[in-house]
Amino acid sequence: MATIKVSIVSSSEEIYSGEGTMVFATGSLGEIGIAPGHTPLLTGLAPGPVRVQNGDDEKTFFCSGGFIEIQPDLVTFLSDRAERAESMDEAEAIKAQELAEKNMHDKESELDYTKAAAQLAEAAARIKTIQKLRKNK
Amino acid sequence: MANTKEVRKQIASIKSTQKITSAMEMVAASKIKKTQNEMQLGRPYSEKIKEVISHIANSSSEYSHPFYENRETKKACFLVVSSDKGLCGGLNINLFKQVISKSAELNAQGIESNFALIGLKAASFFKSVGGDVVANVQKLGDKPDPDALIGLTKTVLDLHRNGEVDQVYLCGNGFVNTMTQQPKVEQLIPLPAEDTDELTATHWDYIYEPEAQELLEGLMTRYIESLIYHAVIENSACEQAAKMLAMKNATENAGDLIKELELLYNNVRQAAITQELSEIVGGAAAV
Repeated sequence: MATIKVSIVSSSEEIYSGEGTMVFATGSLGEIGIAPGHTPLLTGLAPGPVRVQNGDDEKTFFCSGGFIEIQPDLVTFLSDRAERAESMDEAEAIKAQELAEKNMHDKESELDYTKAAAQLAEAAARIKTIQKLRKNK
Repeated sequence: MANTKEVRKQIASIKSTQKITSAMEMVAASKIKKTQNEMQLGRPYSEKIKEVISHIANSSSEYSHPFYENRETKKACFLVVSSDKGLCGGLNINLFKQVISKSAELNAQGIESNFALIGLKAASFFKSVGGDVVANVQKLGDKPDPDALIGLTKTVLDLHRNGEVDQVYLCGNGFVNTMTQQPKVEQLIPLPAEDTDELTATHWDYIYEPEAQELLEGLMTRYIESLIYHAVIENSACEQAAKMLAMKNATENAGDLIKELELLYNNVRQAAITQELSEIVGGAAAV
């Protein structure tokens, strides 16, 4: 079976590097599926889960915002921060979301508001990833 | 001649200094490992983003980014990465010397310079020598946070976008090994042309989602940020290595000094005993 080289890196570490037969991620314009031989594509990466399938094996990673570069034989995720979904703490994520929501309500300036909105989107994506993982188990 | 009490006091004070320097040496040695580790962890991202950028440079893109543009240079900005703390030998001053000489060289060509500074040492140095400082970040600590650098990076990039600055140089210490650190001044903008590889052979371009300009703008900014962050991490590894070496030398020097002083102490003590003895003998002879 044809495979595509997948690497997921964040600014502080390498998250995953290996082969995949199919990769799913959330681009800035919606969900995308990447199969080997994909046409060259450059797009934004929205906060959310990245699923790497290799045959029957599937791994899920959480990525915050960044970029995706796709070449026919490789796909690179440049995430500002990525972490293994398995190691994520749901309580922590919910706490972050509550904090973001709280910050959104007592907004002080526009800058704070956009920051809070970004935080909220990230926290929501994080929770989505965890819940998806739970369902699969 | 000095008396024994004075010499003893001096020895004690040098010994306590030696204890401090040797402790600092050990602290620096353990921190080197940590910062080196951090350098290693950050490397995949820098490499990947560099790869992506070079792919983009080789594609026949519909949009060419201003960071590649070689425009007439009137003003250059030096981004100087220094340490926050001293006691690390000539690490910072060697770098500043190189920056100043590069700036003088540009000045001779009619290019003015301004400075964006990271670290306390650079701030105090450029305060004393003078210079147009546009941005300053300090006290990043042993574990620099990439977020702390965003403000400074943005200031510099905005200056470039507005046409106030035409070239940007990144100045920092390069980590060769624990014994050697190499100060370097590298051109950041305009980005040096990439080596061509096999991808150039055919005419191709990406599909951009959403817009090429928007995406490349973000990606370029991220790339510059990652280069600066890497320079900061590398400089902090250099700082620890230089500190360890400086403290090692200080400890050894203190040891030498103590040896000398102990010799002096023994001389003084022996002289006193001899004097006392001769006095007693002289006294006995008189009786």
